Amino acid sequence: MQNNKIYLDHGATTPLHPKVLAAMAPYWNELYGNPSSYHRTGAVAARAVATARETTADLLGTRSESVIFTGCGSESNNIALRGVMTAARASGKGNHLITSAIEHSAVLETSRQLRDYFGFDLSILPTDNWGRVRLSDVEKAIRPDTVLISVMAANNEIGTIQPWREIGELARAHNILFHTDAVQLVASRRWHFDNEPIDLMTIAPHKFYGPKGIGILLIRQGVKLISSQTGGGHENGVRAGTLNVPLIAGAAEALRLAMDEQDSRIAHVTSLRDQLLDQLPAALPGLCLITGHLSERLPHHASFAFRNVTGNDLLMHLDVAGIAASSGSACSSGDPKPSAVLESVGLGPEWTKGGLRLTLGAQNTTQEIDYTINTLTGIIRNLLALETDFAVATV
Amino acid sequence: MSGGVDSSVAAALLVEKGYEVIGMMMRLWSEPDCGPSTPTNRCCTPDQMADARRVADRLGIPFYVIDVRDQFRRAIVQFFIDEHDAGHTPNPCVECNRQIRFTYLLERALAMEADYLATGHYARIDRGQHGYRLRQGADPHKDQSYVLHTFRQDQLARVLFPIGELTKEEVRRIAHEHGLTVATKQESQDLCFLKDGDYRRFIRDNSLQIHQPGPILDQDGRLLGQHNGLPFYTIGQRKGLGIAASEPLFVLRKDLARNALIVGNHSELGIRELIAGGVNWITGDPPSGPIQAEVKIRYKAMQINAKVSPLSGDRVHISFDQPAFGVTPGQAAVIYDGDICLGGGIILDENIKEEFHENVILEIEDFTG
Repeated sequence: MQNNKIYLDHGATTPLHPKVLAAMAPYWNELYGNPSSYHRTGAVAARAVATARETTADLLGTRSESVIFTGCGSESNNIALRGVMTAARASGKGNHLITSAIEHSAVLETSRQLRDYFGFDLSILPTDNWGRVRLSDVEKAIRPDTVLISVMAANNEIGTIQPWREIGELARAHNILFHTDAVQLVASRRWHFDNEPIDLMTIAPHKFYGPKGIGILLIRQGVKLISSQTGGGHENGVRAGTLNVPLIAGAAEALRLAMDEQDSRIAHVTSLRDQLLDQLPAALPGLCLITGHLSERLPHHASFAFRNVTGNDLLMHLDVAGIAASSGSACSSGDPKPSAVLESVGLGPEWTKGGLRLTLGAQNTTQEIDYTINTLTGIIRNLLALETDFAVATV
Repeated sequence: MSGGVDSSVAAALLVEKGYEVIGMMMRLWSEPDCGPSTPTNRCCTPDQMADARRVADRLGIPFYVIDVRDQFRRAIVQFFIDEHDAGHTPNPCVECNRQIRFTYLLERALAMEADYLATGHYARIDRGQHGYRLRQGADPHKDQSYVLHTFRQDQLARVLFPIGELTKEEVRRIAHEHGLTVATKQESQDLCFLKDGDYRRFIRDNSLQIHQPGPILDQDGRLLGQHNGLPFYTIGQRKGLGIAASEPLFVLRKDLARNALIVGNHSELGIRELIAGGVNWITGDPPSGPIQAEVKIRYKAMQINAKVSPLSGDRVHISFDQPAFGVTPGQAAVIYDGDICLGGGIILDENIKEEFHENVILEIEDFTG
């Protein structure tokens, strides 16, 4: 088997940039030292990590001390939520966590576990029909014992950018910590972390042409958290474990390229995105909705819901046609549940199983998008014809 | 692809012949279990999904799981319950093949511009003078044409049975040669959607009807005992009647009007004729008059010589040359000419008036349970 001809799932992951591969190359079997070692071989590796950490900090407008390398975005989210909540409990500073209904499962499931097994109180905020958390809802949910608000910077499924700065300011005004899962948004804007009302921020380099197997967590100096993974005190005691030198070098290089090439990358994907957003609903009147916010939206992200179609059917047909896409409600085990995100934005059951996400990247072309729109239109019409036939057959 | 040996070898043979093959597994509905594990249909547990995916990887073909739980529950499971409520003993595999596999799945396969849907059934399709013919599988012990008798010509034109010419032993050997690790798996005959293999309990739990106990009678109306509700018995059943007699008693039929279970001895079970409805003729047309053929009244029954006469309203009258035992409303009567499956229909209640009587003297003995 080979890859799809057309890859429209950059929200899931991206190909490694050749320059990132080159940046990682020396640290596998040449400069292989353990950065924690005393000797020179270790020191060389430690230097590489320190450089990567400085680069990352510079690019994101913070200091090296704020940059924690983890194993993935999910792990960063886990460290943030578990670490902050347990530290607050240990110092008697509160017991309440606020998050939103459309978070990535790494936040939502972690929050639910903190509630169900560890006795923390949890408020899950709804969204408006564009997928945005309302500030008034945040304000209402805040309690005297609220420790942390965790709201993502932009949603993975429908691409809506959240009012993260306003939420952060609100949190700060109430002396509450603010974490944002910025996995989808990081590469699409410039950051000055130290000037933003954010206390913890999650980053996943494989979303912007970096390697898989590494995540970043930015932690504002002074934020107290208890390590979820204890050991040799690596990463300021936040995350124990031998540092993954090649991936750390790759993460920093991917971030550098993302910021260097940001304007041209955004211009490229935005035009393809708008081609999809303009043409697909027009080609399928009454059968296709744009999901998420129309303007406050990730530049590489187009998402839709199709009436009376299941995401899995859609993805299978697209895959056979050579197009890689994804759907919030689909999974490889053929167990499509209605999408919680699509339910949260107020869509009815005829839409919530039919979510589709097309996320664009540097290598996509206008021709590919033309082909995708044509193919998708045909598939939807085919599938709807089949559903009707079957309904008749069972009566 | 189920992860089992038959569909795996079917896929392997097609890949070998140069077809561009796409693997698909249907996720079917299963009864919710009270246990801690997620309920899964026996045909598509996570293990089998992993097995099928491994086979697909080994063959280098894509693999998809499609969710048909809702359709399967509505079309097959509900049909199973309704039929039992009506006093019939349905064959859900026939319905599943008709509605799910060779309608729903076939349509999806064709919609993605596939030329054929291939399955691991033991049956053969060939093109004769009068269109496509469905033939029994080459392995007489594994032949599955009985559950495929609902095929139409347009379906036969789009379906492949790659292992139809093989015996199970040959299929196992090919699986072994291809390094397909599924080759030694055990097969199960239970209904795939039951959590425990107990269909009576399933009916009791899921039917909206109340199944009243009632009398067990012999052919002459003598009261022999009490039954627990008609759906919990099937024609030809011997065990579990709670009656002791000098010779074994069998369920002969169900009298829904009187809520009575009629029992008798083995010879009374023999039936000379029956009427089947909803008949499908694989050629597309019924024969112009009565034909001499062979008929199978259950999946595992022997073929019996019979005269088959088309009636109005998609029905046939079947007159057996010798008594047929265990004729059961709801099961399929499938018509063959040698190894060619001509079609078939569902045995109707109407045949119950037509039992074959034999004069036998019952010697009733005292019994102690």
